[in-house]
Amino acid sequence: METLFKRLSEISASTILLILLAIFVVLYIQAKPAIEKYGLHFLVESKWGVSVDKNNTPNVVKEKVNNTSTIQDDTLDEDLADDSLDEDIAIEDDDALAAAGVEKNTQNSDVVYGGLIPIVGTILSTLIAMIFAVPIAMGIAIFLSEIAPPFIAKPVGIAIELLAAIPSIIYGMWGLFYFGPFISKIVGGSSVNLLVAGLVLGIMIIPFMASLTRDSMKTTPNVLKESAYAMGATKFEVIKDVIFPYAKQGIIGSMILALGRALGETMAVAFVIGGVFNFPHKLTDPTVSIPVVLANNFAESSGLSLAALFYLALILFVISFIVISFAKFYFLRDKK
Amino acid sequence: MKKILAGLTLAAVSTFAWTINGTGATFPYPVYKQWIKGFYQETGNKVNYTGTGSGTGIKEVAKRHVDFGGSDKPLSPNTLKQAKLYQFPTVVGGIALGYNLPGVKNLKLSEAAIEGIALGTIQYWDNPVIVKYNPNEKLPHKKIIFVHRSDKSGTTFNFTYYLSKMSSIWRKYYGAKKMINWPTDEQGRGVAGKGNFGVSAAIKTNPYSIGYVDYADALKNNLNMAELQGRDAKFYAPTPKNFSEGAKFAGFDAKKDFFKVIAYPRHGYPIIAATFILVPAEKKDNDKKVTTFFNYAYDHDEVASKLGYVPLPSNVKAMVRKYWEEKGISPK
Repeated sequence: METLFKRLSEISASTILLILLAIFVVLYIQAKPAIEKYGLHFLVESKWGVSVDKNNTPNVVKEKVNNTSTIQDDTLDEDLADDSLDEDIAIEDDDALAAAGVEKNTQNSDVVYGGLIPIVGTILSTLIAMIFAVPIAMGIAIFLSEIAPPFIAKPVGIAIELLAAIPSIIYGMWGLFYFGPFISKIVGGSSVNLLVAGLVLGIMIIPFMASLTRDSMKTTPNVLKESAYAMGATKFEVIKDVIFPYAKQGIIGSMILALGRALGETMAVAFVIGGVFNFPHKLTDPTVSIPVVLANNFAESSGLSLAALFYLALILFVISFIVISFAKFYFLRDKK
Repeated sequence: MKKILAGLTLAAVSTFAWTINGTGATFPYPVYKQWIKGFYQETGNKVNYTGTGSGTGIKEVAKRHVDFGGSDKPLSPNTLKQAKLYQFPTVVGGIALGYNLPGVKNLKLSEAAIEGIALGTIQYWDNPVIVKYNPNEKLPHKKIIFVHRSDKSGTTFNFTYYLSKMSSIWRKYYGAKKMINWPTDEQGRGVAGKGNFGVSAAIKTNPYSIGYVDYADALKNNLNMAELQGRDAKFYAPTPKNFSEGAKFAGFDAKKDFFKVIAYPRHGYPIIAATFILVPAEKKDNDKKVTTFFNYAYDHDEVASKLGYVPLPSNVKAMVRKYWEEKGISPK
């Protein structure tokens, strides 16, 4: 019995490792065509799905000659003009062709995929969310654990835990229809942009962070607090000098977990970030993040564009992995 | 005795009634659903259709996982031959340009205006190119916010396809794609929405914006829709009547498997697109069941009209039926 129990728990534990490894391997295999083609340059390339000529000049600058020559003349017989047009343009839709299992003919142009804009968008939106959420979440936690009388702290605490359970799509819809337009009225810009995405993300992670922080603050032994009060410390001093240092690990842990959630959040951000492949020059510019690019393009992609999406997913996986490892190492270092 | 009888009737039903499965484009899903319901009530035959997206529809039928695939994007005759598929259109829909311009209710956009707005060469609403056909409207000196789809979509493909046909400059520099790096984005005047409803919401919540939306969605969201200049230089409002006028002149050709992405017809509303059905060429018996269903659908136009779709004009239907006959997949 004892050994069976041991084996069972061992199996459960190794399943997690196996799943993690399997995800990594699948992502890597699927992303391989894109990794081989673009390498690490993918990380610093800002173009996404842009065709360039083989000599690396974007086609916006240099005209493609052989495709257009037949249809420029409007005096051609209309039907004939139509037909050549249809055939020519059909060649450009590689996704449908790849879906039908037909090779695309690529002689004169090449498509470039690069992940810089979504990577930057992910980091910036997460950063805004953290800057917005951390002080508010701390305030809530302090209020609930130290200041509020129990008959208030209890219902508010439950409400915050309920908030954490709201599906993200609801935050997205709310952001799209009410919060986004509201923000754009105050600070200008369009109704969906980086700032709105960051704030909605922040609102989403507040309850999460607040309830974890409150829990770890509550673990401060009363003896410590009482002795501080006995020395004549004020409430603020007790919170600052006794509770915070004691609960530090838990608080930082809650921040890192919230950060992980913000990094990977998809649906809510997809509605409010704007979905424009562009560097945000100011906070109110629309942009994209990695999960948003994945959600928006996955269903209709195939071939190289699909591989590029998997490459992005792999990058997100690695970023999340680094964040979580950082958290783990932080705890290990502190426990000594 | 009763048991045997019951068994016999059951056997009879199961031999005569059949089921076919299809998947693909989500755009025609509501109308297919209604047709499927009516068809089942009339014949007892079951058709299953799931809206999974055109890409999936093409993929699944090319791999022979389903009896038919739905796609908003037709395949070229060449591709069809390689993938061994037949193709025919079912219904037509239009793409509208929805706008949000406080105080302006009847915006008319010429081809030059549409081209300029998309290319980003027209940046303000009071540009003379736009004012020319709207002499009675008070167009503000405000930046035009161009709203587009943030997800890869057939609607974007169709709209950019229309632009490519209408404007040789657009065609040279951008072409037709499911996702495009819009020139207006680089100028900081771009906003994107996820799905048709995301675009509609973005237009509604951003004053001085304009964007392309499927007609049915624009209607649902009460957007103001611009009258567009057709190929014959006349202006057409996005109405079912003008769509079907366009469909009549769309130039579908059975010899080319009806390959026609965006009609851009000689008369009528300029941005209309059909949605298509793909069937495997070698499964003729199954295909006959598929055509039986769509033959029923062609006879029930009112279902489509009620939902904001445009039924195929009768000349195109006749062409499709002849195409079925030639390929040996006529309804039983």
